[in-house]
Amino acid sequence: MLYEQIAMNKRRTGYVMVGFTLLVVALGAALGDVFAGNWLVGCLWALVVTAVYMLIMISNSTNVVMSLNNAREIKHEDQAPQLWHLIEDMALVGRVPMPRVFIIDDASPNAFATGNSPEHSAVAVTTGLLTRLNREELEGVIGHEISHVRNYDIRLQTIALALSAAISFLVNLASHLMWFGGGRDDDDRDSAGGAIAMVVSILLIFLAPLAASIAQMALSRNREYLADASSVELTRNPQGLISALEKIDDSEPMQEADPSSAAMYIGDPFKNKRKMTDLFATHPPIADRIARLEKM
Amino acid sequence: MAWIIAIIVVVLLVIWYVTLYNGFIQIRTHVQESWSQIDVQLKRRNDLIPNLISTTKGYANYEQSTLKKVVELRNQLTAVPAGDRQQTMEVSNALSGTLRSLFAVAENYPDLKANTQFSQLMEELTNTENKIAYSRQLYNSTVANLNMKVQSFPSNLVANIHHFKQEAYLQVPEEEKAAPKVNFDDFGNDNK
Repeated sequence: MLYEQIAMNKRRTGYVMVGFTLLVVALGAALGDVFAGNWLVGCLWALVVTAVYMLIMISNSTNVVMSLNNAREIKHEDQAPQLWHLIEDMALVGRVPMPRVFIIDDASPNAFATGNSPEHSAVAVTTGLLTRLNREELEGVIGHEISHVRNYDIRLQTIALALSAAISFLVNLASHLMWFGGGRDDDDRDSAGGAIAMVVSILLIFLAPLAASIAQMALSRNREYLADASSVELTRNPQGLISALEKIDDSEPMQEADPSSAAMYIGDPFKNKRKMTDLFATHPPIADRIARLEKM
Repeated sequence: MAWIIAIIVVVLLVIWYVTLYNGFIQIRTHVQESWSQIDVQLKRRNDLIPNLISTTKGYANYEQSTLKKVVELRNQLTAVPAGDRQQTMEVSNALSGTLRSLFAVAENYPDLKANTQFSQLMEELTNTENKIAYSRQLYNSTVANLNMKVQSFPSNLVANIHHFKQEAYLQVPEEEKAAPKVNFDDFGNDNK
């Protein structure tokens, strides 16, 4: 089950890359068509910009994500012995290398994992998680995060994050161009085909970021159930994770979480702040997750 | 034409055989490695126990009999012959149980609990205990993986040729994962 999931995640990473690349190409074509009158140039520029942007993001993703979330790294077990030991335990039984450990100063209990591969992974937890959860509950949460590492969820997430960041970068660029009057010079676009192309292009520029975030969120929802199940496989103790999820569900939203990494957290960091429709929800309802765990 | 197909088939068979063989080597290495994990943690715990004894001894009548039992089990554990995994785990389980009841008794001694050295030791020992439990879980799941491969077709053919054998699981006592339940009446009257 787990190995199939790992294979599926690696495959999905491929689909996501292809899907997003097509989106980027379409976006580039639209931008090129609207601003330069040449869709092909737009495509090429968009691909080059995205490739460069992605390389920077992916090679440095852990540090970027951690600084976006105001996380500080701890280098030695004495700084948080219990957390360090639990991460060691879960990495041991999950047979993955020990991830880097980060702490976020926030009273709301939450945690996430990130990285490109199990060899380059990191786990971050809030101070609220450390103070409010007991050892057994913490273990469940760490097990969940190590499962994300083990399942290659983190790579999928990193790439999806980098791609949607690239898309919003392109769209920002486009809107700046729009304000500062890039525009093309030839106004002879009176044919119906040209007008339709124009409308489609503009629609695409507005819809691309939306499509990117919907894809990103749908990806993350499914992964949560599996990470919960795999956590129990590691700890052999569903009760710890169940009561941890109850405590996470029962708490106030985080002070300042980065919206683009919200999907990575074990519990939605914004919870009550904004009422989201199912399409945009980054997390399945905690009640559902608990119900599934109780059946294990 | 026919001989090209024949060559391709032979090459594929060789690749298949080598893959299976390497798979066995890998799993066997994993089994050995996960056992050495357990071993490392057992040694670590044995090294921590003298500190535990010296820290707790100061608390006058703190559980002399339990302390004695801990030392005794620790010595027994170092005396077990190196290859005997099952016996090592049996003594180790007994030691785990005694340590757990020792910690539970510590709840009754606020002074001892407040002692920073003791609380550090307790975290270290809890950590080691957990690592032992998890390494054992890992060991058993790698052994399960090996045993499955040794028995199932077609990998059992390769296993037979190269004498890859099934390994024994480490038996886990049922109460191992449950929260420690301590009956204080069992600790005699030297308590308090």
